[in-house]
Amino acid sequence: MEALVASAVGVMTAAGIFLILRRRTFPVILGLSLLTYAVNVFLFATGRLALNAPAVLNKYKDVPYTDPLPQALVLTAIVISFGMTAVIVMIALSAYLSSKNDHIDMTARDSVDAPGEDA
Amino acid sequence: MTAQNGVSHLSLFLIAALPFLGAVFPALLIRAGRNAAASSAGLTTFLALMGLLIHIPSVMRGEVVTARFNWIPGLGLNANFMLDGLGFLFALLILGIGLLIILYARFYLSREDPMGQFYTYLLLFQGAMVGIVLSDNILLLLIFWELTSLSSFLLIGYWKHLPEGRQGARMALAVTGSGGLAMIAGMLILGNIVGSYDLSTILQNKELIQASPYYLPALILILLGCFTKSAQFPFHFWLPHAMAAPTPVSAYLHSATMVKAGLFLMARMWPVLAGTDAWFYIVATTGLVTMLIGAVIALFKDDLKALLAFSTVSHLGLVTMLLGFGTKIAAVAAIFHIINHATFKAALFMTAGIVDHETGTRDVKRLGGLRHLMPITFTIGTIAALSMAGLPPLNGFLSKEMMLEETVHTTWLHSHYLVPGLALLAALFSAAYSFRFVAHVFLGPEREDYPAHPHDPPVGLWLAPAFLVVLVVLIGLYSAAIVGPLVAVVSSAVIGGEKLPYYSLKLWHGFTPALYMSVVATLGGLFLLSLHKRGEQIWNALPRPEAKIIFEAVIRALTLASRWITDELHNGVISRYAIILITFTVGLGYYAYSTGTIGVVTRVPLPAQIIPIIGWICLVVATLAIMWFHRNRLLSLVLIGVVGLIVSMAFNYLSAPDLALTQISVEVVTMILLLLSLNFLPTETPWDSSAARRWRDAAISVVAGIGSGALIYALMLRDFAFPTISEFHLANSYKGGGGTNVVNVILVDFRGFDTFGEIIVLGIAALIIFALTEAVLSTSVRGYLLNRKPHWPQSGDSHPLMMVVATRVMMPIALMVGAYIFFRGHNQPGGGFIAGLIVAIAYLMQYMASGYTWAIERQRFYYHGTIGWGVLIAAATGLGAWFNDRPFLTSDFGYIHWPPLEEFEWATAILFDTGVFLAVLGAVMLALDSLSRLAWQPGMAQEFPMDINPLRDDPREEDVQEKEQA
Repeated sequence: MEALVASAVGVMTAAGIFLILRRRTFPVILGLSLLTYAVNVFLFATGRLALNAPAVLNKYKDVPYTDPLPQALVLTAIVISFGMTAVIVMIALSAYLSSKNDHIDMTARDSVDAPGEDA
Repeated sequence: MTAQNGVSHLSLFLIAALPFLGAVFPALLIRAGRNAAASSAGLTTFLALMGLLIHIPSVMRGEVVTARFNWIPGLGLNANFMLDGLGFLFALLILGIGLLIILYARFYLSREDPMGQFYTYLLLFQGAMVGIVLSDNILLLLIFWELTSLSSFLLIGYWKHLPEGRQGARMALAVTGSGGLAMIAGMLILGNIVGSYDLSTILQNKELIQASPYYLPALILILLGCFTKSAQFPFHFWLPHAMAAPTPVSAYLHSATMVKAGLFLMARMWPVLAGTDAWFYIVATTGLVTMLIGAVIALFKDDLKALLAFSTVSHLGLVTMLLGFGTKIAAVAAIFHIINHATFKAALFMTAGIVDHETGTRDVKRLGGLRHLMPITFTIGTIAALSMAGLPPLNGFLSKEMMLEETVHTTWLHSHYLVPGLALLAALFSAAYSFRFVAHVFLGPEREDYPAHPHDPPVGLWLAPAFLVVLVVLIGLYSAAIVGPLVAVVSSAVIGGEKLPYYSLKLWHGFTPALYMSVVATLGGLFLLSLHKRGEQIWNALPRPEAKIIFEAVIRALTLASRWITDELHNGVISRYAIILITFTVGLGYYAYSTGTIGVVTRVPLPAQIIPIIGWICLVVATLAIMWFHRNRLLSLVLIGVVGLIVSMAFNYLSAPDLALTQISVEVVTMILLLLSLNFLPTETPWDSSAARRWRDAAISVVAGIGSGALIYALMLRDFAFPTISEFHLANSYKGGGGTNVVNVILVDFRGFDTFGEIIVLGIAALIIFALTEAVLSTSVRGYLLNRKPHWPQSGDSHPLMMVVATRVMMPIALMVGAYIFFRGHNQPGGGFIAGLIVAIAYLMQYMASGYTWAIERQRFYYHGTIGWGVLIAAATGLGAWFNDRPFLTSDFGYIHWPPLEEFEWATAILFDTGVFLAVLGAVMLALDSLSRLAWQPGMAQEFPMDINPLRDDPREEDVQEKEQA
């Protein structure tokens, strides 16, 4: 089981990084999503794996519980990463709509030297 | 001795807080008129002053009034205030002169100037200054210190339309701000030596501090802060440029208060820092040089305010030098001169302001003969100037005598004559520029060509300086009676409560060396003035460095250097940043791997069953397919959905039901979001990197993937090296948090503060998306969007009947599921996050099935408000703990039994979870709603659900037509 989770993390990380290194916005967004999965599963797995032992207390008998702390962290991470994905999607979208261009790299032409205030 | 009672506690906090509180009023009241704004500023200052004055009895008894409040004890940062003689004197100057300045400024500022803003800045500054002089904690003091730099920046640059004002403000901020940074370092060193950041503790550890090897670095860093603030050579150049400020600001900041902050700090630290050779040679020498240079330059300045600015530099140097001597009697003289200088210099600045105001110029060359035209101003200005020159029987004479007397007893590197000689020379120039102020402005023949017709100003303008001049005379005549006790108390505070040396404040001390020196200085000053024309020619012919040009050159060089570095590092090629970041991280990981040790395997791996293996195969195949087919964007989106689904199932399988629920609902909204965005983006990714590049990227990715996979594999097969805090959470979840779902209890209780931060971040993210949408829609893009042709052929029936009916029927059920998930959250998998997502999906279904316009017409609440209420409810729940004397966000719970219901439990955490729920719901909806607005096109408004839209755009039809035409 551990080998399955670890290799899945590895595959998702590799694919995520490969896509992040592309030069258009959409693959980069996909790559970030994949990397998010990988990181979330990674964090979750730091609590070690357990089957049939959810961290819901049983009042009647002593049962083993899995580690709840990484779960709590990952839960918020999932929601926050949605927020972040939404923001970069919106940034990518407005950049594309404004310039009709979905390259992530700025060319020299794009960077305008802002003139300073009075020296 | 410490007087601690309720009243003194409160009043010290109030004195420091009042100006800050009061700063709000002028800005608000300016709508009610300039008088209202001015009076509110005056009133708060007056109240603070009264608060200070009620401490006179205890301060005069030599007591130290303290008020303590532990703010962040872990950092040693306590909001401790103390009021001793020294603090009292400075607070008196700040508030007293502040009151006069507020009166003066009311009549000085013209109709066009935003007066509310002025008083707000002024009170902010006043509060920061009072904070400095009353702080009993050096960290607190540093905060106030930086606040004075910032607020003075606002005040100096008050006339924003003048380039001189802006430049002066920037220069002052750069110099005093960077000095302040140096001082922070020095103060931290000092606090580390002593082991406490409380000033009262530090002041009792003279031997410890002076014996420390870090004494010299600390001393130099702190002095850098003091010297920059008090405009000591070679940092004096900012002060004259700061004179671009309105005159009330110059009078307040640059004569009475801010520039004295450096002196205050040197006096405050005098008991522990003074008395060493390093202190003497650094401080006394700097003071002496500053005194001389300031006096010489002042004589050749034609701008009245510049003249006064350099004279201030010179007088600040004088006080610094006296403090630098390190003898007790010199410290007494320093204190006495601070009082005297504050009175006559503020009066002189105000006089200069009046002259400027009434004649329209401050250029000495264009003035003269104002004696009969402005008799009141003439009287005030002359008395103040003669005091500055050091003539009896005015107060300036007394302290200058004491200063000269002290120099006679000082040897500098075995030379008995160097210090008194240079001091005499400075006194001589000082007398000369003071006489010049009188002679070239008021005396001489009347002129015809004043820019305006000069006459005495209204009483509001001359009242404040007149009051100060009365003080100048009275202190001169009856010094022992009026300021004697004050000087004694302040001086004993400066020298650390030790016995005061013998001194007497009187006009006649007999025929002493100081008297001869005074006579020489006065006569020499008159002689110098008579040669002024000739001297000026020589002065103008001499080459001298122009501080402003040097400063600007330095700033320009720094700007260019930082721009070059930024441009080189940050050239806009984002894929380069990514590759640097990833390679660096992989490198770090390899370094850690090759240098670290790895423990033995301690855990038995779980057996892999058939279903997880199938899931794994799906996930790996989908992931690899995304890599392979990512150019087909829609396909890769479908595939990433597969990955998300399997990750959710894995969470569920591996005992994390909460995560599974969250992941699957987030998955749904993310997919909708990406589909929406794909609506606007190109559907295909073109090939634009070379094969070599792709192989390189693939190699990096594979290495990173192997690294992370191996790391987590190794981690999962070993037990924790240290006991974790999870045990605590499991043990206390029910007892302390009242819930059995430990994950939820951690979110809303144990780590509630994190969650609180997270919902705020989520809300901000949604607001950013909203703002970006607004920004895009306000440009020409809007036109493009309105006329955009869709990528794919549209369905004629965009709101299919079946889907509309099904989603509407499902809506109440979906909401109920949301409520169910929400309420069970504390004890069973669920909670605010998941419920928020589920309800959001229920809404989104309506958007999708019945159309955006239809949904928006039925929306009662703005999503911004939902986010706001969510955060506020969460915060209010947290604050509620304070009322029960518990730390922020401590939750409480109990059990309720309402027949015939079963006994159930309530917890304040559920309120907090309500906040989370609302924030998540609002954020998800606002994000998707904003994105949907981009898709709105005319014609949609008339569209009703279940209608066929015959006007739809269909690219395929057009293609067909074009082909036909071809």
